[in-house]
Amino acid sequence: MTKKFLTMLSGTIALLAAGQAWAAQPVDWQIGFQPAATPIMEAIRWFEQYTLWFIIPITLLVLFLLAWVIIRYRASVNPVPSRTSHNTLVEVVWTVGPVVILLFIAIPSFQLLTAQYTPTEEPSLTIKATGNQWNWDYEYQIEEPFSFNAAMLQEGQRADFGKEDSAAYPRLLAVDNEIVVPVDATVRVLVTASDVIHAFAMPAFGVKVDAVPGRINETWFKATREGLYYGQCSELCGKDHAYMPIAIRVVSPELYDQWVGAAGSDLSGANRALMAAVEAQSKMASAAE
Amino acid sequence: MAGAAAHDDHHDHKPYGWTRWVYSTNHKDIGTLYLIFAIMAGIVGGFLSVMMRWELAEPGIQIFHGLASMVYGVEGDAAIDAGKHMYNAFTTAHGLVMIFFMVMPALIGGFANWMVPIMIGAPDMAFPRMNNISFWLLPPAFILLILSAFVPAGPGAYGVGGGWTIYPPLSTSGQPGPAMDLAILSLHIAGASSILGAINFITTIFNMRAPGMTLHKMPLFAWSVLITAFLLLLSLPVLAGGITMLLTDRNFGTAFFAPEAGGDPILFQHLFWFFGHPEVYILILPGFGIVSHIVSTFSRKPIFGYLGMAYAMVAIGVVGFVVWAHHMYTTGLSLETQRYFVFATMVIAVPTGVKIFSWIATMWGGSISMRTPMLWAIGFIFLFTVGGVTGVQLANAGLDRAMHDTYYVVAHFHYVLSLGAVFAIFAAWYYWFPKMSGYMYSPLIARTHFWVTFVGVNLVFFPQHFLGLAGMPRRYIDYPDAYAGWNMVSSYGSYLSAIGVLIFLYGVFEAFSKKREAGANPWGEGATTLEWQLPSPPPFHQWEQLPKIK
Repeated sequence: MTKKFLTMLSGTIALLAAGQAWAAQPVDWQIGFQPAATPIMEAIRWFEQYTLWFIIPITLLVLFLLAWVIIRYRASVNPVPSRTSHNTLVEVVWTVGPVVILLFIAIPSFQLLTAQYTPTEEPSLTIKATGNQWNWDYEYQIEEPFSFNAAMLQEGQRADFGKEDSAAYPRLLAVDNEIVVPVDATVRVLVTASDVIHAFAMPAFGVKVDAVPGRINETWFKATREGLYYGQCSELCGKDHAYMPIAIRVVSPELYDQWVGAAGSDLSGANRALMAAVEAQSKMASAAE
Repeated sequence: MAGAAAHDDHHDHKPYGWTRWVYSTNHKDIGTLYLIFAIMAGIVGGFLSVMMRWELAEPGIQIFHGLASMVYGVEGDAAIDAGKHMYNAFTTAHGLVMIFFMVMPALIGGFANWMVPIMIGAPDMAFPRMNNISFWLLPPAFILLILSAFVPAGPGAYGVGGGWTIYPPLSTSGQPGPAMDLAILSLHIAGASSILGAINFITTIFNMRAPGMTLHKMPLFAWSVLITAFLLLLSLPVLAGGITMLLTDRNFGTAFFAPEAGGDPILFQHLFWFFGHPEVYILILPGFGIVSHIVSTFSRKPIFGYLGMAYAMVAIGVVGFVVWAHHMYTTGLSLETQRYFVFATMVIAVPTGVKIFSWIATMWGGSISMRTPMLWAIGFIFLFTVGGVTGVQLANAGLDRAMHDTYYVVAHFHYVLSLGAVFAIFAAWYYWFPKMSGYMYSPLIARTHFWVTFVGVNLVFFPQHFLGLAGMPRRYIDYPDAYAGWNMVSSYGSYLSAIGVLIFLYGVFEAFSKKREAGANPWGEGATTLEWQLPSPPPFHQWEQLPKIK
């Protein structure tokens, strides 16, 4: 049921999004959600648009009614006020009406919520994210587990990491070592913290979960579009709260396999090789067009 | 009996000088003290917010390293670090000051103290001396909070930078210095003040209504204050318990919230929001009552659906106690728990809708004069609706996943509080200022104040919806460059709103210096509640002959 609902949603969204430019990070003067990179975020985007179909007309109705009574019943036009203070019918209508509207909102809302807690398949990869003041540790829980730390990319580090392009690696969003995951794979993320509460958030994935010391929270995502995605810590954690971004690079399964084979022993070498391969891929793609 | 006779001799003897205020047991004088206190705290809280908007006007750190080096005398990198913490201390202090020292004192301590006894036909509050201590607990609480800004929170950091929600471990092991302890004591004292006030209002309203004034004939403002007082009485002890546990965790080796010793940080969030959610209704319910009176007065019509209005507030108060975890959807609550809180939260939209539509129905068929209080009340109705509908969105855990802790939430709660509660406060100010002072304000200045504020606050907060949707997290001193555009707009709105505050203050000064006599009832036949039967300002003791209610 939920699966069917999601497929239906993704279909609608795909049609709507077809004409839109692709972006994996916020853009200037943006007024809506970031484009979705997972079916869950597509469903969130759809639901947000859906709620707007109720709340904007309601707000405009209130605005219109206020304007109407101010103009129609101003003292100069209507010097003698009515004494009406009861009308059972309208009181029932404006009690039952909102209940019906809320039901219309609640049904897809509960489906969306359930979908967020119902991975469509068994995860093929588990990554543990640990929030620290003020960086993240990521542990790949695979056959030969390895872990690394990811901190915000300092301006002085750009050359060292080959990340001079500040459009692809924006200030405050770019990190030294991204999480790398394969496209179309269900990834489980275990989230915790070592000191104070942080929150692991990835807007394009529709993921946000608190990193609480002493607890392990679980979430999941299935990224369906390759690219580099950015999120930021979303629970106040001290002075550098604004400076511990999260970056996830979604790549083809082949590139992921190459990266994960090398990352355990030589993370920076694996990252450089991956960046070169992704760049070559995108050059080929633009040449093919 | 001899004592009673002696008392009678002094009946119209009004104390003068500083004893009149410091020793005051008179609800009107104490109400005035509360209002002056709220104005001063509002200026402090507003200053903090303008500093934050100045900081956020452009990407990068603009002013807080400079502020930190001015205030704390640190230089270089230490100034940047102290500045980052100072920004967090500003967001924290802005929230606490506006909630505990501006909105609550203005609506409950100020207007309710002034008007509830008069409106129900009582000579004073039930416990006049307790009323005195309720007020006089507030200045020390405020001083403690201000002091906390000047003592260390941790190495190289000053002031409480944990957000008004003071979640542990950031508020325990995260900030070991004495700043947090001072803030906790400040909240304890402010909480005690409010609990005493709540007891006073409940007793007054239940026992001191004039003959014939049944609960179902009581003005809606008194209803709203009665419900608010119950919310205070039931929720504040839970906050007091929570922050006491915080205090013992910090100082006496307990581990309620320390996971390394078997505690749980999420426990604090449950305790905090069990208080915190009713608290937001505490802030807005008195405004509901005020707006009802103003709409009725200036439409020259009785309130539409009076009983529905009263019981809608009761319903909001009751349901407000069982929705707290909708602030915690991302903490790892189980799916079933989230489903329940989504459902319960949505229910609140129904009584709130009843109120909005009943206000419009009160105006429908009326004879409406758009005087200044009405302008603010209508502004309130519309802006509260905007904040209300985004609240309905946020109620959905599935959608809140994307909006939680972003500026969307900041926009939402400022639409209901900054543009809701604060508009209600200004509506009440212009409505009752002639009654309280005896003087009429200048309508021109008052209208200018309204329009400047209306444009200003909408410029501040509407773009924050866009920032939140685009993903900008709240409580950030610096943000990715893509968010620069709307942040700039928001900051300009904040400067405009600050000009609005100056216009307000000038208007108060102007009214007191011009001394235009307002008369007993400047609003005409629409103003039917008891306060308009008294001269302006009312006598030091009113209702020596209790009014009879038909």
